[in-house]
Amino acid sequence: MIYLQLILSFLQVGLFSFGGGYASIALIEEQVVSTHHWLSLQEFNDLVTISQMTPGPVALNSATFVGTKIAGLSGAITATLACILPSCIIVGLISYFYFKYKNLSIIQTILKALRPAVIALIACAGLLIISSSFFPDGSTFKLTSLINFCLALFLLRKYKWNPILVMVISGLCEVGFYYIL
Amino acid sequence: MRRKDVLFKLFYSTFYLSTFTFGGGYVIVTLMKQKFVDELHWIEEDEMLDLVAIAQSAPGPIAINGAISVGYKIAGIPGAGIAVLGCALPPLIILSIISFFYQMFIENLLIQLLLSGMQAGVGALIASVVIDMVIGMDKSLLSYAILIGAFIANYFFDINVAYIILFCILLGIILSKRRKKT
Repeated sequence: MIYLQLILSFLQVGLFSFGGGYASIALIEEQVVSTHHWLSLQEFNDLVTISQMTPGPVALNSATFVGTKIAGLSGAITATLACILPSCIIVGLISYFYFKYKNLSIIQTILKALRPAVIALIACAGLLIISSSFFPDGSTFKLTSLINFCLALFLLRKYKWNPILVMVISGLCEVGFYYIL
Repeated sequence: MRRKDVLFKLFYSTFYLSTFTFGGGYVIVTLMKQKFVDELHWIEEDEMLDLVAIAQSAPGPIAINGAISVGYKIAGIPGAGIAVLGCALPPLIILSIISFFYQMFIENLLIQLLLSGMQAGVGALIASVVIDMVIGMDKSLLSYAILIGAFIANYFFDINVAYIILFCILLGIILSKRRKKT
């Protein structure tokens, strides 16, 4: 029974969360805290913090966290699968039609109008990350972040280093700054 | 490359990217672009932007949606399945381990420092990819107008991504109708 509830809840999370990340947090909270009381509000806030600190989408992290808590590993797997299922169907269908019809001239024109907007949206997401990294509490400027940012940008553009290596270096630099300064 | 090798490489790539991607869907999409467009040349730059648009406008996590559309492009339905598996396994594994001692994890100073440094690195990565994409963009007045308009709408007015994408689709339809008339 608990599995069925998990499936229904996380199907909804997967199906109704548009725009990714922060937009889905409210939806998950409603399912997990308000409707089913699987987590307390405090636990949910911890979960959001963990999600920001670990890789992976908030929705999947929540699915695993909640699933583990109420039904162990099989609960985690069930909730994750339920959360992914709507994406598989919807994105699978859109991709199918995209590759089938993308050479039509009307689709070409639409895609041409869409591409600059996608670049702008990626830029917005980047700016949000940069500003929360430069101003972690909203007002005080964090100099080490600026140094890290410039160093990372330099390594990426000038030497074309592997992005994941550059990210790890940025993390280690921050640890270094803390113990040196 | 043999089909089995392609599938294996696809799984390995999405698994690896998903393991090291902190900070949400746009970061993994950026990394996928670096991997599949710039490094492996499996996808064209323009096509990748279209796939990002699909990942964004559909419901569900952007990382998962991106894996599905990229996987589908590279190796059809099996490709999509493999890519989703690679993308979903790392959070499943990491979170099920962390959920046992998460309090300790949240309060660990070393982890906090590492993550805050990585955030600055992620910002630099996205900035770098955006620079590349603007350089490679179609150089028409309309493209620049859409770029700036979409940026202002999302960043300053907080308009939902889904509406911005819908608006561009409508704009594209109108433009192609007008082109047919002339």
